[in-house]
Amino acid sequence: MSETALRSTASVGQNRRVVQDRLTHLSDEALVALVARGDEAALGELYDRVGRVAFGIALRILRDDRLAEDAVQEAFLGVWRSAATYRAERAKASTWILTLVHRRAVDIVRREERRRAEPLAPDDSAGATAAAGSAEDEAWLGFERARLLQALAALPDAQREALELAYYGGYSQAELAERLGVPLGTIKSRMFAGLARLRELLDETESERAWTPRLTS
Amino acid sequence: MDAEAHELIAGYALDALEPGDRARAKELLARSEEARAELRALTETTAALATGAAGPSPRPELRERILESARAERQTVVPLAPRRRSRFVPVLGAAAAAAAVAAVALGVWGASVSSDLDESRAALAQARAAAMVLSAPDARSVGLAEGDGRLVVAGGDAVLVLDSLDSAPSGKTYEVWVLDGETPVRAGLFPGGATPDVVPVDRTVTPGSRVLVTLEPAGGVDVPTTSPIVASEPV
Repeated sequence: MSETALRSTASVGQNRRVVQDRLTHLSDEALVALVARGDEAALGELYDRVGRVAFGIALRILRDDRLAEDAVQEAFLGVWRSAATYRAERAKASTWILTLVHRRAVDIVRREERRRAEPLAPDDSAGATAAAGSAEDEAWLGFERARLLQALAALPDAQREALELAYYGGYSQAELAERLGVPLGTIKSRMFAGLARLRELLDETESERAWTPRLTS
Repeated sequence: MDAEAHELIAGYALDALEPGDRARAKELLARSEEARAELRALTETTAALATGAAGPSPRPELRERILESARAERQTVVPLAPRRRSRFVPVLGAAAAAAAVAAVALGVWGASVSSDLDESRAALAQARAAAMVLSAPDARSVGLAEGDGRLVVAGGDAVLVLDSLDSAPSGKTYEVWVLDGETPVRAGLFPGGATPDVVPVDRTVTPGSRVLVTLEPAGGVDVPTTSPIVASEPV
């Protein structure tokens, strides 16, 4: 590479660093507000923060890299289009984005009628092989995962199964009732009981989490 | 909320409802603050489930693809972009311009946690239709004899811009009418509750006709059953 090319590469890197410094101290919610004003760099920063988990859930449901990328792309385009309608009092920004991603992935999996493979339980090996993001991000994600897996493990089997097949498998309640051979009403009550219990379990460990450094202001 | 309502919200938070139940969940969410609060809490829980799926990182190209598609999208909505606002401010006046800016948000209608992308798209299409009228060079404002806001008319197209209309109560909808002579003709439904509500009129408006809004049973009716909440001056 010529010296000029090297210099210009360095300067591009530097510009990007400047842009990122401007954004890194902002909360996710503040970034969404910038996105609502058409700030592309803010969209990029949101992607940098949430994209990894977003892709993880999309891939888990769709089991196909290309489809998972489509789901994430469409969901972030949804963020771009509708950032102005986001209300912080309704949900954390990251939650809102993940909701859009999940919805999109489920839409695609049902449309494609892909045969969803087993097993659907969270894959413990994934965290170890994944490489990307800062050490801080990895630590945070690892902690959150551990907290979730612990809470899931504490659920009654039938409730855990209903939640996992619905959330990670993209199965509707009617599909699950058929697949598991139980009445639809049973599936509905398992999902509610499981989700409500999971929420309690996660709340209980919330206090332990207080010591972790906040990555966003 | 009863057990059935709790179950409906949980299924909704997990994106696990069949279309019929999903519609019922939305109806419930539209009318119940308690249901919305429950959904808020449960969505934080489902977001926690998302972290459990962490696997390989996406390819670096995905980031660029997303930003490129956002840029491309921006170009298709140029007429709505705030920096172009000055073009139609003199034509419509500040109030209509403010409505147009609200229309920029447009995706807005769909876009909360409780909506999906297809609906956002439909809302966006509707928003674009509204923006076409609001930004038309011949757009003009017609006052309201009843209600707060204005009717913006361009050619035979019209958009109602309503400043403060509460959300329609449960089981009800707002219905738009074009009154040309004696008989009101249906011209669309909307839920209300946005500030402002930017509502495209689904019928051609002819000179001398009026646009009305009434509160009707969900799904709408063919003949108004209540007196108008909103009535424009003659177009």
